[in-house]
Amino acid sequence: MANVKKLLIEPLRKSNPVTVLVLGICSCLAVTAQLKPALVMGASVTVVTALSNFIISLLRKGIPNRIRIIVQLVVVATLVILIDQFLKAFAYEVSKQLSVYVGLIITNCIIMGRLEAFALSHGPWESFLDGLGNGLGYSLVLVIVAFFRELLGSGTLLGYQVIPQSLYEAGYQNNGLMILPPMALIVIGIVMWINNSKTESK
Amino acid sequence: MSLVNLFLRSVFIDNMIFAYFLGMCSYLAVSKTVKTSAGLGLAVTFVLVVTVPVNYLINKYLLAPGALAWINPAWASVDLSFLTYILFIAIIAAIVQILEMVIETFTPSLHSALGIFLPLIAVNCAILGCSLFMQERGFSNVGEAAVFGLGSGLGWLLAIVAIAAIREKLRYSKIPKGLQGVGISFIITGLMAIAFMAFMGIKI
Repeated sequence: MANVKKLLIEPLRKSNPVTVLVLGICSCLAVTAQLKPALVMGASVTVVTALSNFIISLLRKGIPNRIRIIVQLVVVATLVILIDQFLKAFAYEVSKQLSVYVGLIITNCIIMGRLEAFALSHGPWESFLDGLGNGLGYSLVLVIVAFFRELLGSGTLLGYQVIPQSLYEAGYQNNGLMILPPMALIVIGIVMWINNSKTESK
Repeated sequence: MSLVNLFLRSVFIDNMIFAYFLGMCSYLAVSKTVKTSAGLGLAVTFVLVVTVPVNYLINKYLLAPGALAWINPAWASVDLSFLTYILFIAIIAAIVQILEMVIETFTPSLHSALGIFLPLIAVNCAILGCSLFMQERGFSNVGEAAVFGLGSGLGWLLAIVAIAAIREKLRYSKIPKGLQGVGISFIITGLMAIAFMAFMGIKI
């Protein structure tokens, strides 16, 4: 059981795929202007990492080493197509907002990284947990960044007004820069800074 | 005029890194020295110029709704667009593989310069992202798709060379401990992106 816990918890902070290993940054930044797409994206990536880790781990003895990248890409692409169709059917608005970034889950380095580093050398159940943990670690960063960007940028959370009207009347203004791309980079830089200095001091 | 416009737009305004964050992983990993980053930038540009037009043709004649009508008019109602991802990534992986072999046989010097970067490019999000953006924007002919690929590639090259130059100088500055390495690169990229936002209002 301790092993299960370790596989699930460690990627959240100590070996977080985004802030420590710097994988999967691309999609992480583009979908974080609001909380809702960030949550959907995080969930999708978690599903894909967990399942692809599981499938590749089952297949790992049968895949010839030379063509493993192509096999991995095909497995991941199939899963992403399923997710994409699912989102289009049940959450059309969000899938429009995410646009090409759903497709870009295929080339998300977290997935390839975990497949190469973990699934090829571990059993299916362990790999599944590892994928789940890493997906959750990714989602965590996504949610933190999106939380601040939406709160400071539009004064809302999940579309609901959070900052009270009286503050606006007193002269408070939304920071329009937070919604624009550059601030995503700066916010994530700061998140990384905090995370790194906390893990170092331990 | 529209081609020039498209080119300048994709280099400066819709810059792959600063506006869409595509290819960030290799952007951060490889930008330690100007020389290697220029090599990777060139390789990305090269692959984009080839893959985007090819994927454009694939999209037009295979994937788009009703695209199969040229084979048999009865197939006009077939919509294969759900196969986009798997087909695009397979084509990108194949082209990268072929390009590597071609470059190795005909220009060994270029091959040794691009070297290890070529295989990495297959999983670079900038390449797949560029093809997907091409599909989303619906360009009217192959030329536009090629120019879009070229512009995006050059924009990426520009960004990675610029950050590499800054990071080379950064070695001599005092950075708080937790922020060293990737953290500060993020913040610098953010500041560069703000600078690039100045291009936004320009109409050509």
